Amino acid sequence: MSDTSKIEIRSLRKSFGSNEVLKNINLDVPKGGVVALIGPSGSGKSTLLRCINLLVVPDGGSVRVGDISFTFGGGSKLPDVRTLANFRATTGMVFQHFNLFPHMTTLQNVMEGPVTVRRIAKADAEKLARAQLAKVGLAEKADQYPATLSGGQKQRVAIARALAMEPDVMLFDEATSALDPELVGEVLNVIQQLASEGMTMVIVTHEIAFAREVADRLIFMRDGVVVEEGPARQVIDNPREAATRAFLSHFHRTGALPPANAAS
Amino acid sequence: MYQWDFGILWSYRWLFLNGLGVTVGFTVVIVILGLVFGLFGAFGSLARFKPVRLVALTFIEAFRCTPILVQLIWFYYALPILAGVEMTPITASALALSLYGGSFYSEIIRGGIISIDKGQSEAGAALGMTPVQSMRRIVLPQAIKRMIPALMNQSIIQFKNTSLVSVLAVPDLVYQSQVAAHDSYRPLETYTAVAVAYAAILIPLTILARRGEKRLAVSE
Repeated sequence: MSDTSKIEIRSLRKSFGSNEVLKNINLDVPKGGVVALIGPSGSGKSTLLRCINLLVVPDGGSVRVGDISFTFGGGSKLPDVRTLANFRATTGMVFQHFNLFPHMTTLQNVMEGPVTVRRIAKADAEKLARAQLAKVGLAEKADQYPATLSGGQKQRVAIARALAMEPDVMLFDEATSALDPELVGEVLNVIQQLASEGMTMVIVTHEIAFAREVADRLIFMRDGVVVEEGPARQVIDNPREAATRAFLSHFHRTGALPPANAAS
Repeated sequence: MYQWDFGILWSYRWLFLNGLGVTVGFTVVIVILGLVFGLFGAFGSLARFKPVRLVALTFIEAFRCTPILVQLIWFYYALPILAGVEMTPITASALALSLYGGSFYSEIIRGGIISIDKGQSEAGAALGMTPVQSMRRIVLPQAIKRMIPALMNQSIIQFKNTSLVSVLAVPDLVYQSQVAAHDSYRPLETYTAVAVAYAAILIPLTILARRGEKRLAVSE
């Protein structure tokens, strides 16, 4: 498996002070695979996601994405600022609170990565950015500032901004948790489209029905450990562990996805 | 009842204008130098390397927590003895006022930078920016907007603080008006006129600052 996997995490550990949030985590995501991370808050799922692009630097273990790997702990040197930046440029991340740049228009937000990081000429970056905005259905919002957009539109811009870096891997950190219920569908729709195009993705989510529909594999975490892992439908429909069952009992697991209207 | 006679000041007009020129020029110099010191202080106090942070914080607190009048006198009288550097009154007071202003600017700039949501620099980092790139492209453009009103305010205070350089015989507006007051025996008129001169420059500036503040608030 490990010779075909896009993401490989081994024995990952992370503590914040005396609080151990990740205890010996292993994770493999094959190329084009979609993995959903679920679990109660404080389970470590967001921290695990942030360790994949090293936004959080682990205390121990190893992280590999594509051909680049890092080992942590046991006296190994921390990667320098340049190496980290280059590494992060190959993965896209979408945040719960969008984190769009409020001082830039939508178009400038999407162009920022290609221009500043990839050093692409402005005209080419603009073409690329407009294409990405069109892809998430927001071509006509290019010249507006983020403050004028709805939550769902903001999150779709954030996805376009990440995609403009042409990443191999996309990471979603509770991308729909800050949205009004009626806006969740349009964002899920975009993520689902990415999945169908074969993007490798790790998705931290509370949308169980969506995870069941879109993810190949599902990982349930609690207190910094992986409690249960398996094919998404199997884990959601027939959880083996009591803790998984207890967690899933809080959700509607099946049924139609929220109505999506990505053209709005 | 005192008989006011402002007419007598007219014969000192060149003296006043001269002093005013020194005051304004001095302010420009200490605001620019102060902002430079302030930038160093702010980035120093935010540095990841602890010794840098300590040096920056020591500088900021030393100048923020001692009176500017004491600093002026200290720079002119004590520094030459301790460090062996002779300074003209103008150099000594420019240096003291710039450092004093810089310590306040530092805190304003630092506060502006840390007021920007951490998610902003995280989003920059996730795109593959180095810390320097995300500071320059993402954090500073937003932080500067928030700093401007406070920086304007501090610069207005700096303008008034230049009046203290008269104690080192720098020929600013206050020093020249002392000369005029002694010469004319009309201190009341003289100092009233000086107060009006300061206000006449600062009131339009404060109005301008307030307008700018409103415009920035709208574009947020």
